[in-house]
Parts: sequence; C-alpha cells; structure tokens
Amino acid sequence: MGIVWVVARGIIGGSVMIKAIGHFIKSFSFWELWKGLFVTGRYLFKRKLTIFYPEEKTPLSPRFRGLHALRRYANGEERCIACKLCEAVCPALAITIDSEERADGTRRTTRYDIDLFKCIYCGFCEEACPVDSIVETHIFEYHFEQRGAQIMTKDMLLEIGDKYEQEIAANKQADARYR
Amino acid sequence: MIDNFLNTVNESWDWLITTGIAIWQWLPVDVQTVVLILAKIVLIVLPLMLTVAYVTYAERKVIGAMQVRIGPNRVGFFGFRLWGLGQPIADTVKLMFKEIILPTQANKFLFLIAPVLAIAPALAAWAVIPFDRGMALTNIDAGLLYVLALTSIAVYGVIIAGWASNSKYAIMSALRSGAQIVAYEIAMGFALVGVLMASGSLNLSVIVEGQAGGVSSWFIWPLLPLFLVYFISGVAETNRAPFDVAEGESEIVAGFHVEYSGMAFAIFFLAEYANIILISALTSLMFLGGWLSPFEAWSALDGTALAFLRETSMVWLFAKIAFFIFIFFWFRATFPRYRYDQIMRLGWKVFIPVTIVWIFVEALMSLAHIGPWALSGSLPVALSVAV
Repeated sequence: MGIVWVVARGIIGGSVMIKAIGHFIKSFSFWELWKGLFVTGRYLFKRKLTIFYPEEKTPLSPRFRGLHALRRYANGEERCIACKLCEAVCPALAITIDSEERADGTRRTTRYDIDLFKCIYCGFCEEACPVDSIVETHIFEYHFEQRGAQIMTKDMLLEIGDKYEQEIAANKQADARYR
Repeated sequence: MIDNFLNTVNESWDWLITTGIAIWQWLPVDVQTVVLILAKIVLIVLPLMLTVAYVTYAERKVIGAMQVRIGPNRVGFFGFRLWGLGQPIADTVKLMFKEIILPTQANKFLFLIAPVLAIAPALAAWAVIPFDRGMALTNIDAGLLYVLALTSIAVYGVIIAGWASNSKYAIMSALRSGAQIVAYEIAMGFALVGVLMASGSLNLSVIVEGQAGGVSSWFIWPLLPLFLVYFISGVAETNRAPFDVAEGESEIVAGFHVEYSGMAFAIFFLAEYANIILISALTSLMFLGGWLSPFEAWSALDGTALAFLRETSMVWLFAKIAFFIFIFFWFRATFPRYRYDQIMRLGWKVFIPVTIVWIFVEALMSLAHIGPWALSGSLPVALSVAV
C-alpha cells in the first residue's frame, strides 16, 4: 500500500516537474512570441486589400442606401401622393412634408424636405412608400459648403430622381424579388 | 561670348578656392578644429534627421503591409507619386506650420525645455558611435559608459514633459515611463557588463574589432541571452510597442505629449525615432560586429567577383541597423501592449536575474578558459589576479 502511494506521488510529482520544465523552455525560447511574429511576417507578403479609392471603387449593392431622390411616372407625373408615411416612419424626424389639393383635385406635396444632417440612411422611408416615390440612390459622394445646404428640397430631390431614373428603376427591379 | 563667360566663371571659381584656402590657413588652429568638429557634427546629424524622417515612412509602410494595407502612397514630388516618398516631408512642413499651444497652467520654462531634453541625448550619443574603422566623431575609451549615461538621461525629457504639462494624463505617463526606464536601465547595464567582459574594453571600436572573424565570432552567440535582454530593454527604453505604456493612447490619450503640438511634439517624435536608430546601432555594434562583414571568414570568396563581400564597410553597419529597425516595426505590428505590472515583472524578475546569471556563467567560463573568452582579452588574467 505504502509503495503504491510512493510510486503514485512520484509519477504526479514527475509530471508536474516535466510540465514546469516545459513551461520554462517554452517561455525562454519565446515560443509564443515567435508564433505571433510568424503570423505578421506572413501577412507582410500577402496581397494588399487596399482599394485606391477615387480611382477604384467597390461594387455597390442594388440595396445601397445613399442620397435620396423622388421619382416620377413615365408620363412625367410625380409619384408622391403626400401620404406622409415616410414622414411618420422616419426615426430621425428628417422628413418634413406639407401638402395641398392640386387644381386637378389630386393630393400633392407643396414641400418635401429631407434634412441630411438628421437622416441616418436607414431606408425606412423607401420601404414605407406605397408608390415607390422616395428612394435612396447609390450616390454617396456629396458635400455641403454652406449652412442650410444640407436640406434637400422637393425640387432637388425630383431633379436627382430624373437624372438617375434608369439606375433607380434597374436597382428596384433587381431587388423586387426580395421585397 | 560663351568662352568669355566660361573663362570668367573659371577665374572666379579659382579665386574662390584660393581665397577659401587662404582664409582657412589664416584661421588659428583651435578655430580650425572647432570648425572641423562642427562640420563632422553636421555630417552626422543631418543624415540622421533625414533617416528619422524616412524611418517614420518605412514604419508606416511596413506596419501597413503587415496589416494587409499599403500605407502612404500619394504624396510625391513634382506630380509623381513615387510610392508616397514625399509623405515625411509633407508631415514635417505641416508640423512646422502648426501652432505650439502653451497650456495656461503649465510651467512654461520646463514645458519648452522638455522636448530639448528628450532629443539632446538621442543626438549626443552619436558622438561616440563609430561608423567604420576610425570613423567616429570622438573615439573615447569610455564610449560604452558615455552611451549608457546619455540614454539614461533621455527619461528626463519624458518626466519633465509630464510634470510641466500639468495634466493628469501626462503625469501618469511620466510616472510609468520613469518606473519602466529605471527597471530596464539596470538590465541594460548588466547586459553591457557582459559585452565589456567579453571584449575587455569600453571603447566601442575595440568592442567591434574584438568580434573580427565572421559571423561565428560575433558576440551575439556567446552572449545570446544578454543580446536578447539588451534589445528588448532597448525597445522598452525607447518607449516603443509593446512597452509603450507611457504613450498608451487607449488609457492615457498620448501620455507625456498630450499637451504638445506642432514642432514641440515633432521633436519628441524625432527623439523617439532617433533613439530607435541609436539602439539599433548600438546593438549592431556590440553584438553583431558593427561594420565587420559577416563573410569575413569565407576565404572561398577570394578571387571571385564576390570578394568584396569580405571587406569591412559602413554598409554592413547600416544594413544591420536597418535590420534592427525593421525588428522594431515588426514588434509593433505584432505584440499587444504590456500591462504595467507585467512590464515591472519582466524587468525586475526576469531580465535582471537572467543577466546576473549569465555574467556569472561568463566569468566562470573565462576563468576555466572555456569558450570564446578563453583566448581574447585581458579578462581571464584580470579575474585570476583578482581571485
């Protein structure tokens, strides 16, 4: 009995000692530091992922949410019917809409402002719109030079919509299956 | 017409040279020496400053590459990009035009003297660095001692900057830096004791010449533990990653230079990089044979086109310095910052015992005439006399 005890203690003590020696060798040979250096050393020669931005651009998804636009129907009539769903859903309260009855009896906006400083580009307005009028385009490179210039008025939004109608329509088409 | 013009140019050139020589000879000998020394200082400091500028560029490139980026590549010269080689120049110009803000509660005198105290030792230490056989500003016998003394002074810049800024972050950083440098200074000193025992001299040129005979006779092999301790302590001394607790931007903003801007900040920056180059140079001189060729012992090269590889040259020293600078960058790209207590543990409980043990081993070996010390130097003699 006593002998078994002694042998067992010897084995346990020996393994602890081996462990300690292993630890000693490992830390004094900087084993883990070498492993880390090896990783960064390998990355030094990897192909670089940098995109040369103004010259090169990453592809944009059809769902990309950039600057806003108001669309028209093919006959030139503006889509927006001033239902104000976008104004209601906007979490940042960036949209301000005033509406009036037009001479032909339809309901139209007289004012449609988006404050781009408030906007968080969540795309809820686009999702809420029953007539696909307000959309977010792929335009993301723009700036303002004066205070107040960040407010996009109805005319500005319609102009963007007219200019990029083809792209907007194509993007809508590409994403229609998932809506 | 053109001949006439060239003649006048030639004549005026001759005249300039002759009068120049005449003025030089007319000067008293003491003045001549002073002018010569000044010229040598300029010859060392100007390239050093340029190197510092481009070391920052190299660092950004290397670390960028290790992070799968490309680093600065836009600023070039005359409309050419040239891989962003103009970046350091642009940075310098920017920093020169920035305002130096004096915090209202700061101690003005100390605040302005601190960057000077940081850079002065980093530059002054180059006085004893030999670049090639006999090519040093001064070849003093206590070179190693002088370098050790000056690198210790460097911490005053940091501490005074931290104190004079009158900012909590800065003072924290000064405390950390002070403790760190005190801890690693000792290990560094002990590592140098090993070098001194191996070479039997404090003169840097003699230390380098003591390593003659190719790679195998460099001090890095017999003094491997001391080499590692010295270089890692060097990284700690220069406040570089992973020992950059003094800057620790995630905890204490930028540490001792939070309150500094413009050129005052740039001088701290310059001092840091000058120190990196200095530590790299010292490590190359003391452990990697300085300007000696690694192929010195390869007599097979004689008679071939590669025979020049066996010659000693400044280029070897510069290559070795560049290698160590690269290691500095590699460390920075790889290791996360040490915690303060880990730094203290490593310094006091690992490095100092390791150096002491190795000095003891070295002494025993040279007493027993074993290993590379058995043949070289006066150490065994001195030790046996002492015993």
